[in-house]
Amino acid sequence: MSSTANTPMSLPPRSDLAKGSESGIWIALFAITMSFAAFTSALFIRQASTDWTHIAAPRILFASTAVLLLSSVLIEVSRRGFDGKPASQIKEESEGRMLLAATLVLGLAFVGGQYLAWRELAAQGLYLATNPNSSFFYLLTGVHALHVLGGIAALAYLLAVLAARGSVRRNLVNGVVVYWHFMAALWLYLLVVICVRL
Amino acid sequence: MEEALKSQDHAHAPAEGFLRKYVFSLDHKVIGKQYYALALAAVFIGMVLSWLMRFHLVWPNAKIPGLELIAKTGAPGGIITPEYYLSLLTMHGTLMVFFVLTNAPFAGFGNYFLPIQIGAEDMAFPRFNMMSFWTTFVAFVVLVTAFFIPDGPPISGWTAYAPLSAIGKDAGPGLGWGQNLWVISIAIFCIGQLLGSLNFIATTLDLRAKGMTLMRMPISTWAWFITSSIGLLAFAVLLPACLLLLLDRMAGTSFFIPSGLVVSDRLQNHAGGSPLLWQHLFWFFGHPEVYIAILPAVGIVSHVLTNSLRKPLLSAKVIIYSMMSIGFLSWMVWGHHMFVSGMNPFSSLLFSFPTLTITIPATIITLIWLGSLYGANIQITTASFFALGFISMFVSGGVSGFFLAQPSIDIYLHATYFVVGHFHMVMGVAAIFAIFSGTYFWFPKMTGRMMNETLGMLHFWITFVGTYCIFMPFHYLGLVGNVRRYASFVDDFMPALMPVHKFITIAALTTGAAQFIFFFNLIHSRFRGKQATANPWRGTSLEWSIPSPPPWNNFGGDHPVVYHDAHQYGVKGSTGDFVMQTSPEQILNE
Ligand code: HEM
Ligand SMILES: [Cu+2]
Repeated sequence: MSSTANTPMSLPPRSDLAKGSESGIWIALFAITMSFAAFTSALFIRQASTDWTHIAAPRILFASTAVLLLSSVLIEVSRRGFDGKPASQIKEESEGRMLLAATLVLGLAFVGGQYLAWRELAAQGLYLATNPNSSFFYLLTGVHALHVLGGIAALAYLLAVLAARGSVRRNLVNGVVVYWHFMAALWLYLLVVICVRL
Repeated sequence: MEEALKSQDHAHAPAEGFLRKYVFSLDHKVIGKQYYALALAAVFIGMVLSWLMRFHLVWPNAKIPGLELIAKTGAPGGIITPEYYLSLLTMHGTLMVFFVLTNAPFAGFGNYFLPIQIGAEDMAFPRFNMMSFWTTFVAFVVLVTAFFIPDGPPISGWTAYAPLSAIGKDAGPGLGWGQNLWVISIAIFCIGQLLGSLNFIATTLDLRAKGMTLMRMPISTWAWFITSSIGLLAFAVLLPACLLLLLDRMAGTSFFIPSGLVVSDRLQNHAGGSPLLWQHLFWFFGHPEVYIAILPAVGIVSHVLTNSLRKPLLSAKVIIYSMMSIGFLSWMVWGHHMFVSGMNPFSSLLFSFPTLTITIPATIITLIWLGSLYGANIQITTASFFALGFISMFVSGGVSGFFLAQPSIDIYLHATYFVVGHFHMVMGVAAIFAIFSGTYFWFPKMTGRMMNETLGMLHFWITFVGTYCIFMPFHYLGLVGNVRRYASFVDDFMPALMPVHKFITIAALTTGAAQFIFFFNLIHSRFRGKQATANPWRGTSLEWSIPSPPPWNNFGGDHPVVYHDAHQYGVKGSTGDFVMQTSPEQILNE
């Protein structure tokens, strides 16, 4: 039954995992988009109720937005640095690595900024269960921050691999970069929702 | 050089050590079997629960010895309370829908055969694959734990309708920690399914062997691929819904709980939420979920039938396109579960129309199967009989869907046994038949041994006749107004229906008992079955081109090359009446 015996030797090696990682990210983004679409529709249905009010978006959000956008620029520059070089040339001391580290730090700063925003709301007596608007505020920012933390973990993993082996697969870098940009775009969307709807 | 390439290719080396080999395995074949085993455990518990329910319905005062040990308050002295009946009902539905109908045909068989059928060595992300199984396993443990907490399992049904599911203890037994466990379990389950779906999609897109174009994939592969696309989006909605429900329950928010709600004489400290919101979110997931359960079944049945009819189905392409349109339409029909929910009556019409539309691709698939039977030289095997049984169930149960899809008729039939009959036949039993068909068909590949066909046929006939005896009368009960989710039928006209209920219960106990023939066959054949060859059914697809059971890296490090689609039956090939996908020989009029 084995008609596979005469496999041509000229076939390129199968880089199974390498190919997988990038489409995996795109597929994951579909799912994340769907989840936030669900949150948004919940918000639209919930706002029909009479107890819907208004909360002022904490000022700090705009600072953290700037931080997140800057990090997105840095990681993009870093990615371009990786481009065109064979994986083995990405050296430990390369500038791409510094930029990745900077992105990670800015990402942490962003999450810290979100934490300050929660503190600011809490100082006004607005907690998770105070009113529907505050519920949605904590919910949307919280779930987004969790996703950003996931991105930070991925960045940390990249840096660890770079430190250990001195090189990293391009697809892995690309995957993380795409995810990071998506988190920035998603945040811009959420910021609009927060400012206009909450 | 070649050796180096081979081991580099594979996402993981051959497993060593018991843990890596059988427990935390990265091998998609082991993971597929793990999903299957988990589904077996779940179906066993689910079946016992259904026995308890059926028993209680017709002998409400009879003692069930030993039950009081598990359910001190739920079944004092071994007699099931009305509330505990609802607990059993909830756990039965949840186990069956999530842990059986999703796990076995999709995650189980899909994991085992999707990579092989496209010529890959493993999934795209073996580590995620392992995680998705163990996540699902944790979800199962969390759910079953509800039996052993003092309060018992929740009583809110597998749909967990708000607001009663959202407010906690006041709403009744099991709605305290029992419901918490339920929500947490389902949320964890979602994560497992999301990881799994992601893996299936990436694998199908990226890892196909040379020559394996999309249109050359077997219908089963297509079904898993389409199903994973549905699953990716459906579970991405159920997960947020569970999060909101959990926040309502644990953090005091009011997403689903309306103002002024008084339950158990207590004004609930919530305001402004919308119970309808839960129904929308749940059914937006829930209807696609029924297709997550049935499309892999459609794929398996098509795969088995193509093989046992010894000729291609009338049109594999049309089946694939129909599955795609079902996948697409399944997002527009969720409101047909909500005709009596108090939503705008115009929305009912809006949902009724696509619901009737979705019957068109379903009917097309069925007609293709039936048309393909004409003039076919069908092989008499247990696998092919269960595939035919699937068609029978799918049609018998599906026809009642046409009625339910009309809001005016559904207002009467909703919440009666008619609906119970409908979904058990079209979804429950049908998908189970496909699981059976797949098991009898692929068992030789998975274990290297054949199942016993005599026992298989016995199992088929008892199950086939038995399930009709159980679920057909449900339609009749529903038509005369027998309500659903009641622990006893003592009011008004319902005592007059008792003889029918007795008949159903006896049929259920008998059919259930017959499943032990299957369990026995499974275990006995695993160790004592006749040795299987690589291709006992003379199949064309890639799983039959490798030894039974396959080596750890499926193709022994070779790169299979594919020359044909999987439907080359009834042709003149060098091996007989079929040509394998990997055979380079020319086929005339292809
Ligand atoms: C022929 C096409 C179908 C139509 C027109 C249809 C229509 C409907 C309608 C209108 C309902 C709501 C009844 C009610 O609750 O009052 C319903 C319930 C249901 N259907 Fe179908 N259906 C079809 C096929 C299927 C399939 C293929 C499955 C599963 C594989 C399925 C599974 C279910 C389930 C699980 C429920 C009940 C859920 C519950 O309330 O617990 N249906 N169907
Ligand atoms: Cu539906």
